[in-house]
Amino acid sequence: MSIDLVPDASAVERLRIIQTSQSVALVGVSANAIRASNFVAAYLVRTPFRTYMVNPAYDEVLAKPCYPSLAELPEVPDIVDVFRRPEAIPAVVDEAIAVGAKVVWFQLGLRHDEAARTAVEAGLAVVQDRCLKIEHARFSGRLHLAGFNTSVISSKRRRPI
Amino acid sequence: MTSDEGFLFDTRAIHAGQRPDPESGARAMPIYASTAFVFEDAQEAADLFALQNFGNIYSRIGNPTNAAFEERMASLEGGLGGLAAASGMSAQLISLLTLATAGDHLVSSNALYGGTFTQLDVTMRRLGIDVTFVDFAEPDAVEAAIGTNTKAIFAETVGNPGCTILDVAHFAALAHAHDIPLVVDNTFATPYLCRPIEWGADVITHSATKFIGGHGVVLGGVIVESGRFPFDNGLFPVLSEPSPAYHDLNFWENFREYGYLMRARAEVMRDVGAALSPFNAFLLLIGLETLPLRMQRHVENAATVARFLREHPSVAWIRYPIFDDNPWTTLAQKYLPEGPGAVFTFGINGGYDAGVKFIAGVNLASHLANVGDAKTLVIHPASTTHQQVPHADREAMGIGDDMIRISVGIEAVDDIIGDLDMALRASR
Repeated sequence: MSIDLVPDASAVERLRIIQTSQSVALVGVSANAIRASNFVAAYLVRTPFRTYMVNPAYDEVLAKPCYPSLAELPEVPDIVDVFRRPEAIPAVVDEAIAVGAKVVWFQLGLRHDEAARTAVEAGLAVVQDRCLKIEHARFSGRLHLAGFNTSVISSKRRRPI
Repeated sequence: MTSDEGFLFDTRAIHAGQRPDPESGARAMPIYASTAFVFEDAQEAADLFALQNFGNIYSRIGNPTNAAFEERMASLEGGLGGLAAASGMSAQLISLLTLATAGDHLVSSNALYGGTFTQLDVTMRRLGIDVTFVDFAEPDAVEAAIGTNTKAIFAETVGNPGCTILDVAHFAALAHAHDIPLVVDNTFATPYLCRPIEWGADVITHSATKFIGGHGVVLGGVIVESGRFPFDNGLFPVLSEPSPAYHDLNFWENFREYGYLMRARAEVMRDVGAALSPFNAFLLLIGLETLPLRMQRHVENAATVARFLREHPSVAWIRYPIFDDNPWTTLAQKYLPEGPGAVFTFGINGGYDAGVKFIAGVNLASHLANVGDAKTLVIHPASTTHQQVPHADREAMGIGDDMIRISVGIEAVDDIIGDLDMALRASR
């Protein structure tokens, strides 16, 4: 990828990320049940992903232990899913690179092209302004059931995930 | 598996929204005739009810057969998603109730299907939602009608029955300059002839009863939304403030671009209850498979019939925007380059009485109150579809007593013309 391009993953790349990842750290997840990050967490804990809650403000989210930083997790997460304010994103990306994560994923509404370039230069894949829950639901067929346009066209019987 | 961005319209009309059933391998879309769906466990049930997961609960809120229809329509219109409804009228009502509440206001074109006019003029007003009807041939009047409580501009791509053409890009820009969405009924165009989202429209409604089904066998409707309108701009508290109908859920904060359709389904459709039957969704899906082929034939036949009528001595006038003297032809060529649909009107020499004789004189064409069927249909709007519209409003909409509306079918065009010619001769 050219450094001049804004790093972002295509649909095919997003599917590959979801197919090949096994663990997700939700950085900045809220314990408040009506916040978007909590909605995403509630969905992801029900998938085969090993999920880790990361937020120094809490000891526990959705009855799972909540860690103060990525470095404290019991394993290196494949995906670092970011729910922080845009100005906090570069520090999260630095942390993700330091622990050896494979993907940084900026949630719906979040873009940070400079931090994204830093991640790409360090060899990480980047997804911007997308919801991991919605993308997982897109390829698993769940999003389809809610009437949304998944852009998936296939005559194969098996689903991709 | 691949993205549908690589597939063309005619392919998506057949495949979008429906892959083989993983359980059975069924290639055709199964009809999921089930009111409710078993949960995997208590946690899944709780997650679904809290909207923390997407899935089947109860067929008023969603059904797998309906989902295939919804996604296919969203794909064809180029939208983020869809919501099926029992009829076009209910789709329209739900699309607007998702935006507006008592004390709000809508600006609507006055060139509308009579039932739509009455829904807005009577039922919406009774719900406390005010509506101003404007002639969209005068864009300044449309802008002047927008107030601080206006929540949407509403119009039909191709007006029923006058075949007026909406300047979609102009009115989308006008709506957006006032921080409100453009809601477009695309029934007469279908996404095959025009995709208003590509021109800036935000919400699309359809009576799927018409060309989408194409066979005149079922009622149905659908809403498609672009996912592009910023409903967090402060003018749409029903979407961006906590909802009392969902334990203070904030639809925009939680679902962002998915918020409009999530609220339309989980709150408005849930509470209004005008759900599409999955049997009807199945028939609409079958119809969509041939939409491109049928629409090609519809516009081809319509143009041939229009040219025949224009030259006929018993025809006083014709309003079909393919002729140089029609004021909407330029816009029609821009927005519907393959043809401005297959529904138009003409005036018969001899006025009301000649109109009655004409209707009595057709044999192949059917006298009924519908459009968009494979069969050619004719009707006299002043005494039927627009009867409830006050006479003065009817005149303002250009619907005179001599007007015949025709929906040109896909029969052999020479047979359609032969039938019309016979009836026109009998009308003298």
